[in-house]
Amino acid sequence: MIVLSALLAGLVFGLGLIVSGMAYPAKVLGFLDLAGPWDPSLAFVMAGAIAVGFFAFQLAGKRQHSLLGAEMRLPAASRTDRRLVAGSVLFGMGWGLAGFCPGPGLVALGMGEPKAVVFVLAMLAGMVIFELLEKRRP
Amino acid sequence: MTLDWNAFTPWPALAGGLLIGLAAAILVLFNGRIAGISGILGGLLRPVRGDIGWRIAFIAGLLGAPLAYRVFQALPSIQVDAGYGALVAAGLLVGVGTRYGSGCTSGHGVCGLSRLSPRSLVATITFMAAGFAVVFVLRHIFRC
Repeated sequence: MIVLSALLAGLVFGLGLIVSGMAYPAKVLGFLDLAGPWDPSLAFVMAGAIAVGFFAFQLAGKRQHSLLGAEMRLPAASRTDRRLVAGSVLFGMGWGLAGFCPGPGLVALGMGEPKAVVFVLAMLAGMVIFELLEKRRP
Repeated sequence: MTLDWNAFTPWPALAGGLLIGLAAAILVLFNGRIAGISGILGGLLRPVRGDIGWRIAFIAGLLGAPLAYRVFQALPSIQVDAGYGALVAAGLLVGVGTRYGSGCTSGHGVCGLSRLSPRSLVATITFMAAGFAVVFVLRHIFRC
């Protein structure tokens, strides 16, 4: 059941990215280009998602276990540190460079877009580099 | 600042956003997990027994979404303007950055802001500012 609900969540998430246009890099770059003719659509996607998410996390926060009895694993970190900011700067730079963030990259891969294959492989390589650097931390 | 009224699609954006929120709701209420795509994918590179199946299932759902969409209507065609070199650089930056920053547009931008997390607000403002800056430099200074 845990696997089925995760599959459904991934599917609905991906459909949301396609319906909203966010699976398409040109649409995302239209939002990130403040100085050009600006497309505010991405802000509406965030607003719609947070409108639902807010209530879901209110409910989730009161529970010890999920509806399927799984352990609730909500992030506990509360400190805003250099890692968070530096990592977000790098991520934002990559996002602006091609218009892909992880979700849309995977959905575009599912469309069979060859350039998404390159992006996702490089992203996985980046994640592997992170794991290797983490192992070397004292 | 001028608005691009031809590109602006408020209703599909809002509808897609509601679906994304619903997906995050399903994952947290049924699985007790945050729908943060970089974290779900990155967790597979550090596999823990009993914590793998749901990650693969979620990613399979994302990959299968275009197929499911086609059942209802024609999929709009995708065009990626970035060249292969830029895509490799972008992928590396997104991979390393999201793992160091503990999240991406979904984990911080959607789930974190829904949880009113100050950490996620800082992350979201930071990656958006970096994205705005890079696009400004590329499009209006280097004109590419």
